[in-house]
Amino acid sequence: MSRRARDIAIWISTFITMLIICLPGLWVVLSAFRSNGEILTRPAVWIPEGLSLDNFRSIFGFGANVVAIPVGSYFANSLIISMTSTVVAVAIGMAGGYAFARYHFSGKAAGFLGFMLSRTVPGIALSLPLFILWSWIGLIDTRLGVILVYTAINVPFTIWLTEGFFRQIPRDLNEAAQIDGCTPWQAFWRVEFPLAKAGIASSAIFAFLTSWNEYALASQLTRSTDSKTLPVGLMDFTAQFTIDWAGMCAMAVIIIIPALVLTFLVQKHLISGLTFGGVKG
Amino acid sequence: MADVSLKNVSKSYGAVKVVHGIDLEIAHDEFVVLVGPSGCGKSTTLRMIAGLEDISGGEIAIGGNVVNDLPPRKRNISMVFQNYALYPHMTVRENLGFGLKIAGRPAAEIEAKTNEAADILGLQPYLDRTPAALSGGQRQRVAMGRAIVRHPDVFLFDEPLSNLDAKLRTQMRVEIKKLHRKVKTTIVYVTHDQVEAMTLADRIVIMKDGHIVQTGTPLDLFERPVNMFVATFIGSPPMNLVDGVIDGGKVRFGDGSTVPTPGDLKARAENGRKVKFGFRAEDLTPVGHGLADTVNAAPIDLTINLAEPLGSETLLLTEIAGAEVQAKMFNPRPIKPGETLPCLLATDRCHLFDAATGKTLR
Repeated sequence: MSRRARDIAIWISTFITMLIICLPGLWVVLSAFRSNGEILTRPAVWIPEGLSLDNFRSIFGFGANVVAIPVGSYFANSLIISMTSTVVAVAIGMAGGYAFARYHFSGKAAGFLGFMLSRTVPGIALSLPLFILWSWIGLIDTRLGVILVYTAINVPFTIWLTEGFFRQIPRDLNEAAQIDGCTPWQAFWRVEFPLAKAGIASSAIFAFLTSWNEYALASQLTRSTDSKTLPVGLMDFTAQFTIDWAGMCAMAVIIIIPALVLTFLVQKHLISGLTFGGVKG
Repeated sequence: MADVSLKNVSKSYGAVKVVHGIDLEIAHDEFVVLVGPSGCGKSTTLRMIAGLEDISGGEIAIGGNVVNDLPPRKRNISMVFQNYALYPHMTVRENLGFGLKIAGRPAAEIEAKTNEAADILGLQPYLDRTPAALSGGQRQRVAMGRAIVRHPDVFLFDEPLSNLDAKLRTQMRVEIKKLHRKVKTTIVYVTHDQVEAMTLADRIVIMKDGHIVQTGTPLDLFERPVNMFVATFIGSPPMNLVDGVIDGGKVRFGDGSTVPTPGDLKARAENGRKVKFGFRAEDLTPVGHGLADTVNAAPIDLTINLAEPLGSETLLLTEIAGAEVQAKMFNPRPIKPGETLPCLLATDRCHLFDAATGKTLR
């Protein structure tokens, strides 16, 4: 096969693969701007005849057919829960990751392994015991209850990720900073933290996305507008006999946008542009 | 402006003792080099002076103040690390000024002192680069600059040249010595390289297994080693050692041949004592190719196994009584392996060590 033919074959197979991966997402986004009628037409209408923002209008309570779903509250719940659990998980992860990277203590290896193993437990397996426990202490249908669960899910991951970044930073840098007059605390914030920023940013993104997209546990632990998050709110579009696909897709887009924006904003930190030229080369 | 004093300083990690109660007085402005094989405790000692390691016992004082419990930042010291430990996210300028910034000095002062250090070390063209954009030698200079900017009482160097190539190492060695002349500060310098120790030090401290073996000027250690360890550690090539027995004012080797006992050791070399007879390569030379002032030389014929021409001199590998030894030929001529040469051994400059303890008889 000539080089050119091989290139074309690679392009075609890449295109097909990407099509398979992207099509469901594309379909969701397309459907968000179409009417239920058009979505359900058979055979499927691939090229939309008319795009409109009607679905969004009705979700937010304007226009002809208002959907009685409190998207605003869900959005606020999602934002508060995701942000809080992310901030807490990153703070704990930073402290824990630093401790695992820098200090020797008994049970260190076992502890670290334990954190990683905890990731192997499917969240849904915990939902029943969690539900019982939370109902005993009155955390069912509260934001705090969900925040606690999400923080617990994220902490092992943030510890694991930041540990790797802190371990890459030579201990000498901290010592050099201390000799330069820093307290251990200053040495951390002035030298080690800036160098681990990329890792901390990545752990923050992953933690946020995990919380933002989580459905299974939230669907058990939340009940009302007090705590329901956007993914759980999606189910509001299913009635006993009908499903409002158009509204659901519009809401899915609303869920996707903040995650997308955030990822774009932070991605430049993710590409670890730092070279560790400060130590020998 | 400070002297450093170590009194019975020891360090243990759990049950393992790595530094065994060492005593050392370092005068103000003195350049002291701690040297020894790896694992001898020299770096640990330096880190204890820096405050990066706690001490397990004893007392460390800098400028008369006991600093046992002070953190590094309160000891007014600075340190150059083996891998430089420059802050990768800061420019050279920020690296140099970091200590002053932490100390809360005004911007104008930081600027002035940074420039001063950059001038001393020739770093002006690189001030706005990050460490990643510098060569090994330049990074080394930045590390030294960062150390001198704060005008500390004591400089600590932890094997600062071991990551440089041979040529650069020689060059930086000269720069460090010049720097010491210029800034006149007490320096404690750790290395495993005896050449560095010899060339840099006012005084060398040789350590082994957590003990100080000998302290003295480079020439002291070279000429009067207290034991076989120092004799073979200092000097290149290492001192030759041949087994022998004292026999009536002579040293008799295993093959029956003898050499006269070094003049000043006759009194202490009692008959029948088993010894190691030590001499340096430059004291065993082919006739006509020796040092001009060699006196009291014993003639000895040697078969040359291998010759290593170094240009100004040639190292000759040969044997005395079955022991491999090295001789030196000054003003060399080409040598064929297997050639037998009449040589002279400068016996008055030779050493005798007790075969059992390794200690000098001197």
